[in-house]
Amino acid sequence: MARLKLPIPPLPPALLPRPKRPGQAEKAKPLDQAKEAGIHAADWVDERTTLSGALRWTMFRKVPKGTNWFYTLGSAAMFAFLSQAVTGVFLAMYYTPSVTDAYESTRHITNEVFLGEFVRGMHKWGSTMMVILIFLHMGRVFFFGAYKYPREINWIIGFVLLVLTFVMSLTGYLLPFDQRSYWATIVAANITASGPIVGPFLGDFLRGGAEFGATTLSRFYSIHMLLVPGLIAALIGAHIYLVTRLGTTAPPWLKADVDERLREDEV
Amino acid sequence: MAKDRRQTKSKYTADRNIPGAFEGETVTRRRFMTGTVHAGGIVATAAIVLPALGFALGPVFEKKETRWEAVGPTDDFTPETYVPKVFTESYGIGDVGKTTVYVRAYNPDIDGEKDPEIPGGGDFVALSTRCMHLGCPVRFVAASERFICPCHGGVYDFTGQVDGGPPVRPLDHFYTRVQDGQVEIGPRYSVNSEFERFPAYRDPGQDLDGIGQYLYPGRFSTPKLD
Repeated sequence: MARLKLPIPPLPPALLPRPKRPGQAEKAKPLDQAKEAGIHAADWVDERTTLSGALRWTMFRKVPKGTNWFYTLGSAAMFAFLSQAVTGVFLAMYYTPSVTDAYESTRHITNEVFLGEFVRGMHKWGSTMMVILIFLHMGRVFFFGAYKYPREINWIIGFVLLVLTFVMSLTGYLLPFDQRSYWATIVAANITASGPIVGPFLGDFLRGGAEFGATTLSRFYSIHMLLVPGLIAALIGAHIYLVTRLGTTAPPWLKADVDERLREDEV
Repeated sequence: MAKDRRQTKSKYTADRNIPGAFEGETVTRRRFMTGTVHAGGIVATAAIVLPALGFALGPVFEKKETRWEAVGPTDDFTPETYVPKVFTESYGIGDVGKTTVYVRAYNPDIDGEKDPEIPGGGDFVALSTRCMHLGCPVRFVAASERFICPCHGGVYDFTGQVDGGPPVRPLDHFYTRVQDGQVEIGPRYSVNSEFERFPAYRDPGQDLDGIGQYLYPGRFSTPKLD
């Protein structure tokens, strides 16, 4: 589109735009500068942190031929965790971890807080989704043989993440503090305690004593919202670092193309 | 020349031409500083970590206070059937700490010889409703004279002995005593299938026959009763 020329009002010669001197680069106009502000800001940060290299290293990776939708299950599980983290933070704003108020505050969230039922539902059903997605992801890694050398450590980290997710499920189950929560926790602590030798002490550690007592709920709450989420976030970081470092595997049905000249029968 | 420098190195800093070395010194100052800083770091970390761990683990070792709670006059209870009573087993948590207990008078015809050393006298039998499979609450069904667990079908006979299902040992008991004409319920204790008494009560699912009593050690924090 041709640029519209605005009529220039009659001005004294001192105020007229001067013609360009030969050999001089054109001065950047404010509009152009504004257009480049974003790039300038990014540049400013990058010059001081060299973050762009790391970002390029993480985001622009080569992926093998045959990469398909099954490879998104890991990210899906991570986003399930992020969703749990966000909804969990907001639920914590209304929840009271005390044996006398926990049930009442859960009821308050569900019935009275604006969108409370929705956020609590997201957290409740999201936890199930997270476990399902982790299992699907684990199955994908297993059946594609992606746990093999050099990715064994990532399999182990993933297994620890699975166990930590179970710990989250167990500790979160108690928090609504209804009959189901209470008895499920009793049963879970007793299953823990039925391991030989160390079992009884682990059971006591879970309950915070010989009986389900005043500290059990707050103990579970602290494990559920502080201890384990921190560990999970850190381990997800390590998991993703190793994926970036080692790359993903091609699906097992794709055979690597071997150069004609290197074929054994040819040689 | 450089083939075996390590062996020719003297252990004295003075012999190694280290500036400022003095007679008989074997540890360089750099090494000494490194060691000191590491030791200081360990002490500082332990000063934070150990109290925090103790704080988290403390309740496991805490000794519980022995409490007795009256559940009714002695006339309320007969040797023939159980009367359900509610008492507080865990203090400070409101209704959650309350539990049902089934009480009856001691019946020599079923229970046999009374243990002469049992604290409180044992004139009354108080059975816990805690199922010895995984801890669900059992209820007494008078028609069949059995305790039935709703969760996985554990069944106990009139004395609390396992009659069927997954439970590994008879129902827990509570010590009982009579004070001012009232039956009082005291601490819990476990029994094995011979009705041998284990004052350090075990959690459900922990077998107390044979090797079980060693595989599932009792708590150190069990209070002594006399």
